[in-house]
Amino acid sequence: MTLDIAGLKVTIGGKDILRGVDLRLEAGKVHGLAGESGSGKTMTGLAVLGLLPHGAKASGSITLGERDLLRLPPKELNRVRGGEVAMVFQDPATSLHPMLTIGTQLTEHMRHHLRLGKAEARERAIELLGKVRIPGPAEAYGRFPHQFSGGMRQRIAIAIALACSPKVLIADEPTTALDVTVQAGVLRLLRGLCDELGLAVLLVTHDLGVMSAVADEVSVMKDGLVVESGPRGRVLREPEHAYTRALLDSLPDTEVR
Amino acid sequence: MRRRDPLARGGLLRRLPQAWRQPLAVTGAVLAVAWLVIALVAPVLAPHDPLAQDLPRLAAPGPGHWFGTDQLGRDILSRVMYGARVSIPLTLLLVALSVLIGGLLGACAGYFGRWVDETIMRVADLVFAFPTVILAMVVAAALGASLTNAVLAVLVVAWPAYARVTRGLVLGVREREFVLSGRLLGFSVWRSLRVDVLPNVTGPVLVLATLDIGTALLLLSGLSFLGLGAKPPSPEWGAMVASGVEVFDSWWVATFPGLAILTVVLAFNFLGDTLRDALDPRTARAIKERAL
Amino acid sequence: MLTIDDVVVEHRSPGRAVVRAVAGASLQVRPGEVVGLVGESGCGKSTLARAVCGLNPITSGSVSFEGQPVTPLGLRRRRLTGIQMVFQDPYASLNPRRRVGDQIADGLRTSGDTSTTPADLLERVGLPRDFAGRHPHEFSGGQRQRIAIARALAARPRLLIGDEPISALDASAQSQVARLMRDLAVESGAGLLFISHDLSVVRLIADRIAVMYLGKIVEVGGTAEVWARPRHPYTEALLAAVPKPDGRGVLPAELPGDVPDPASPPSGCRFHPRCPKVMDVCREKSPDFGPVACWLHEPK
Repeated sequence: MTLDIAGLKVTIGGKDILRGVDLRLEAGKVHGLAGESGSGKTMTGLAVLGLLPHGAKASGSITLGERDLLRLPPKELNRVRGGEVAMVFQDPATSLHPMLTIGTQLTEHMRHHLRLGKAEARERAIELLGKVRIPGPAEAYGRFPHQFSGGMRQRIAIAIALACSPKVLIADEPTTALDVTVQAGVLRLLRGLCDELGLAVLLVTHDLGVMSAVADEVSVMKDGLVVESGPRGRVLREPEHAYTRALLDSLPDTEVR
Repeated sequence: MRRRDPLARGGLLRRLPQAWRQPLAVTGAVLAVAWLVIALVAPVLAPHDPLAQDLPRLAAPGPGHWFGTDQLGRDILSRVMYGARVSIPLTLLLVALSVLIGGLLGACAGYFGRWVDETIMRVADLVFAFPTVILAMVVAAALGASLTNAVLAVLVVAWPAYARVTRGLVLGVREREFVLSGRLLGFSVWRSLRVDVLPNVTGPVLVLATLDIGTALLLLSGLSFLGLGAKPPSPEWGAMVASGVEVFDSWWVATFPGLAILTVVLAFNFLGDTLRDALDPRTARAIKERAL
Repeated sequence: MLTIDDVVVEHRSPGRAVVRAVAGASLQVRPGEVVGLVGESGCGKSTLARAVCGLNPITSGSVSFEGQPVTPLGLRRRRLTGIQMVFQDPYASLNPRRRVGDQIADGLRTSGDTSTTPADLLERVGLPRDFAGRHPHEFSGGQRQRIAIARALAARPRLLIGDEPISALDASAQSQVARLMRDLAVESGAGLLFISHDLSVVRLIADRIAVMYLGKIVEVGGTAEVWARPRHPYTEALLAAVPKPDGRGVLPAELPGDVPDPASPPSGCRFHPRCPKVMDVCREKSPDFGPVACWLHEPK
């Protein structure tokens, strides 16, 4: 299943946030979306899920399979959200509900989308926690988010996103708030899951090192437009667009290339 | 996404024009300005001398005495207008003093901490523990019934709220990096308070003060109503309502001063709400987005 | 010039055990030298930086600057203005109510410098001179950080401390601002203690690197040396975990386990539960020596 974004334009209050974005996500591949703050990369991710801020106008098309997500009625879109397209956010401290056990947060989704019984959902939840390598998944099921470290919370957020077996995963700066050693673990997890489950992953990040480690395809955004797109090795080693070159040059590790 | 600084002065000025276009704000502003104008020009505008008892007693509202007259034949309209000259300036003075005294005490409590904080806050707690109106009554009665003493009484019950709010705000600002930078550069604590801390806590305190004007006026009028404030024949609204209660079937004697109090309190409440919405970055953004 | 000697900083929360945010750290900074202090969250590097400035009280050990002990910041006017600090959050490092030029002028007043103007300093940090009349909210994060640096430098410090000064900035601004701090500090003969979790940037500007883990400094050495031949297993893991933007698709190495709770650190060497080269002695005795605090590199 591919997700095709074509000519996506988003305006908020008269201001053009996205000015014609073209992207394609393929199953089993990680597509990295790079750019600085204000380039519109987060908005692109939100647009796919229909989570644009109040008062935003979107045009163009976002096609999943045969459906255009931009034109779906709200009820249909709700089914797609969580069920077929899931998202992981940047800050693990605020993306989990502080007052619900992680077990509840996991099973709630599942029972809503997949109509599972309580026991079935619990079993699946514990299986998922094991998959994202949370130690002692059965005990973790009953604990609260604040009892876990940032890296663990991000893994839990990934588990919640995967609860309903989505086909597309959008990860918005998933490791930016994490320490570098913890980040390494989460990146390995994401790559592993993508390969194992055949997910189409959109990885939004400003960190070109992360991009280089995990992405198959890379697109670079500037001011609401994709200025360069291509295979990761080519874009990062032989960039064609001046902006990409500038981004790479501004990195401290410039002698690597 | 760039974080918006809630204390940015430029930000406030930019947001103010939008917030002021809300109907609530316009109503509040119009009413407040109207009353201030009346207070200023009452001697010119009032049809009669507020103390002159030359009109027919308890006359219903009609030509020549649009608000009617009271038991002593005084024109209520003129008395209400002159009353503005009594109530409004005193209330504003009262709130200003409460802010000044409460604010300074609270700032010291917040900035210096330890025993300074303990002392000031325990005294504030003591005052808070008493029911406001009762305490004000007790103080006013103890000092003797006069408008000045009523003001002092309300001051005693009002300062702790500002002290508490200011203390909280100062505690928040005190640890901010620019304050620490200032100290590292050799600022004395006084300079730090004056230049770095206080200017950055005025916003919420201003909102509180504006919202408080209504309460202060009510308290002041209430004390006068109970005979603990203005002395007759002073045309103070609260006292006027009190005398109107005695002749209940001549409804105009109590109603018009009562309406005067109501509209002034509403006006400043609306203004205060607007100011608060303009200063709070989240609601300010909501106002902005609705306007787009 | 700056000597940090076995400093311990404890943090007390009511109802919870005492936490040793810094559990005996020693470090030196010489004039004109740039020392990078790196570590991950919770290692205590910011706490140490603030303690060096006098913003946090020190439980034991000493910090001396130019031979004199550094006193904590109290109610009295600070006499020791030779140490200045640039903080992490650019949105909180300037007074929103005052003009930028006035704030820089504070620094000039501290150093008694009557010949330089705030506009001169703005120029030195790469900003237009006429920015002096504006307010902080008119600037971006990167610009505000430059202004904060200008203010700190105006006071002619002999030691400049940066507490994660670039972490909140855009990726492209980070190296620029880091280089700016290094250049300006070194050219005025001051020392720079640069704290960051970003190893690549520290590698760019530091002469020496100190690595912290759970309140202790585990390795100190020349930047090039530490980068090419890290000796402490934690330093190795840290360097291996940094993803390189080389387009090769290599996943960075993982360091299993979690950082332990600083309130109840492991016995012996604090890194031993996660160390791939752990030995028996590591579980029992804490390697309290330098420059590499590891039993594998015990000095003879």
